[in-house]
Amino acid sequence: MGSIQEIFDKTKSENRAALIAYLPAGFPSFEGSIAIMKEMANSGVDIIEIGVPYSDPLMDGPTIQAAVDIALEHKTGIKEVMETVSEVSKTGVAVLTMSYWSPIEKWGISKYAKQLNQAGGIGVITPDLPPDESEAWISESDANNLDRIFVVAPSSTEERLKIVTDKVTGFVYAASIMGVTGTRSEVSNKAEELVKRVRKHTNLPIAVGLGVSTVEQAQEVAKFADGVIIGSAFVKKILESNDLPETLLIISQMCRDFARAVRR
Amino acid sequence: MTTFLQDLNKIGVETGHFGQFGGRFVPEALISALDQLETEYLKAAADPKFNDEFQNLLKDYVGRPNPLTEAKNFSQYAGGARVFLKREDLNHTGSHKINNVLGQALLTVRMGKKRIIAETGAGQHGVATATAAALFGLECIIYMGEEDTVRQSLNVARMKLLGATVVPVTTGTKTLKDAINEAMRDWVTNVETTHYLLGTVAGPHPFPTIGRNFHSIIGVEARQQILEKIGKLPTAITACVGGGSNAIGLFHPFINDKEVQIHGYEAAGDGIETGRHAATLSGGSVGILHGTRSYVLQDENGQTLPSHSISAGLDYPGVGPEHAWLKDSGRAKYHPITDSEAMEAFSLLSRTEGIIPAIETAHAIAGTMKLGKELGKDATIVVNCSGRGDKDVETAAKWFNITI
Repeated sequence: MGSIQEIFDKTKSENRAALIAYLPAGFPSFEGSIAIMKEMANSGVDIIEIGVPYSDPLMDGPTIQAAVDIALEHKTGIKEVMETVSEVSKTGVAVLTMSYWSPIEKWGISKYAKQLNQAGGIGVITPDLPPDESEAWISESDANNLDRIFVVAPSSTEERLKIVTDKVTGFVYAASIMGVTGTRSEVSNKAEELVKRVRKHTNLPIAVGLGVSTVEQAQEVAKFADGVIIGSAFVKKILESNDLPETLLIISQMCRDFARAVRR
Repeated sequence: MTTFLQDLNKIGVETGHFGQFGGRFVPEALISALDQLETEYLKAAADPKFNDEFQNLLKDYVGRPNPLTEAKNFSQYAGGARVFLKREDLNHTGSHKINNVLGQALLTVRMGKKRIIAETGAGQHGVATATAAALFGLECIIYMGEEDTVRQSLNVARMKLLGATVVPVTTGTKTLKDAINEAMRDWVTNVETTHYLLGTVAGPHPFPTIGRNFHSIIGVEARQQILEKIGKLPTAITACVGGGSNAIGLFHPFINDKEVQIHGYEAAGDGIETGRHAATLSGGSVGILHGTRSYVLQDENGQTLPSHSISAGLDYPGVGPEHAWLKDSGRAKYHPITDSEAMEAFSLLSRTEGIIPAIETAHAIAGTMKLGKELGKDATIVVNCSGRGDKDVETAAKWFNITI
């Protein structure tokens, strides 16, 4: 498995955007989440974001909240997240975790970084940790070879974009809309504008997430972004599905469709 | 020349931190709105016109200064100590909440925003916010845990009468914590048009400092009133602490008066040892909740634990960061009060003084009874009578087996 930079170099040479999939650990079950993520890895997904379940996910809409509630009912803690990272990264796919800051800080910033590195994870997305509060995280992520991915939003001023891009490594996560996670009928034109603004501040790859859920939306985003992040669309299908074999078939097909869509 | 707001102690105003506590742990999408709020507050605080407007509203609309009432009959239950009640219960809308709400509503108008959203637990902050929205012609959405809409149904009706939309929150524990989550989700979606009128001194910077400063009028008045009445500062000041807004309003102007003891009383529910409580400072640990670092009820994975209290307004697993800092520095002491201790005090104050306190406030009254017994009859205690108990009549009637 290569670094995030190598993955984006590769996708660029193949004239496509990277396909990034999100799924919370422990959803729909501990084993189920591992099986689904392995299926994703074999179906054209370049990077998997493993969500750390959190009791107060205030950036998430009803779909991901429902998934996280199920994961928490299954007592999915950091220990289970690390086991999931370890299993999924064995496939060779790049694995990141996406976590609200409370679980990481409580677990111990240094302990979390070390364990994630040992489990084979290569980076962390922190949706509610602004760079301003991340002094300890910057030194621990550096010390443990983890990329630290911060999120920018359409409301970010030029000054904020500079602050964030100065501290980010790996890629920049651009939230396509103002709001919480969830499927939406169309991608707002704010996404392209934001990507253009971020490019003025950094040469790092930029991936767009939040509200990207259909093949058409993925196609559209892949034209201007280096990576396309899909989350709620997968979670929704898994919530609707009856059993694991059926889920695996559906997710596999979705991933293949998205993988085709991100080719330019 | 400085203004009223600028004359206040400036702890936390510039950096947003109180030692290791406070800060901003929020999505980047909200940072520019928090920056805008901070900038607007600092401009307003320096603007004599804003200060006049705020103070005129407090005087002519809220009815400030409210009295400092000596509870002479109640004193025998507090070890004979002299007990003075700072009568926030006499404010328009029935609690201290209106102070901060009017301040932030004025800021909303200054920022050119037309829509306010708020969370509420007991409904007091929701009622105060709906009131200010009516006064200033703003659209108003109140998020309230479904469980709280049941135990505080009277306040739900009041908010609706004032023209607000009340949204019952059915996620998570269906109480204040989840109402804040929903309000945050609304805010991150509608931040350009909307001000989140956060009702306590928790949350990301600058909420803890602006909320405190707007409530500091409580302590400023109380300090002056007690000096007029007894010619010296009190032995101790006390208040109930959930998120901590009424307490910080009373405490803050006394922080540099080292001879004055400061005591906060948290909701211990069925007792801290049962795990069914909301005593964050007494039974929690340092962590992150709702955008700030403070004491939190949480497990080793950083998951917030459900809180429990008979009082909806104290039923919150977090607490304002300045209280966390006051606790760790030793300047203030925080103690747990159980549901039954609070209800006994509720009854005693009602029967001895003819003042029915809010159940939240009853926790401070119960704490004052204990403290008075420790300090003895030579002591003077100023307790923040933060709200009136009309909203709690149903809960209290049930507790005392009174048929309605």
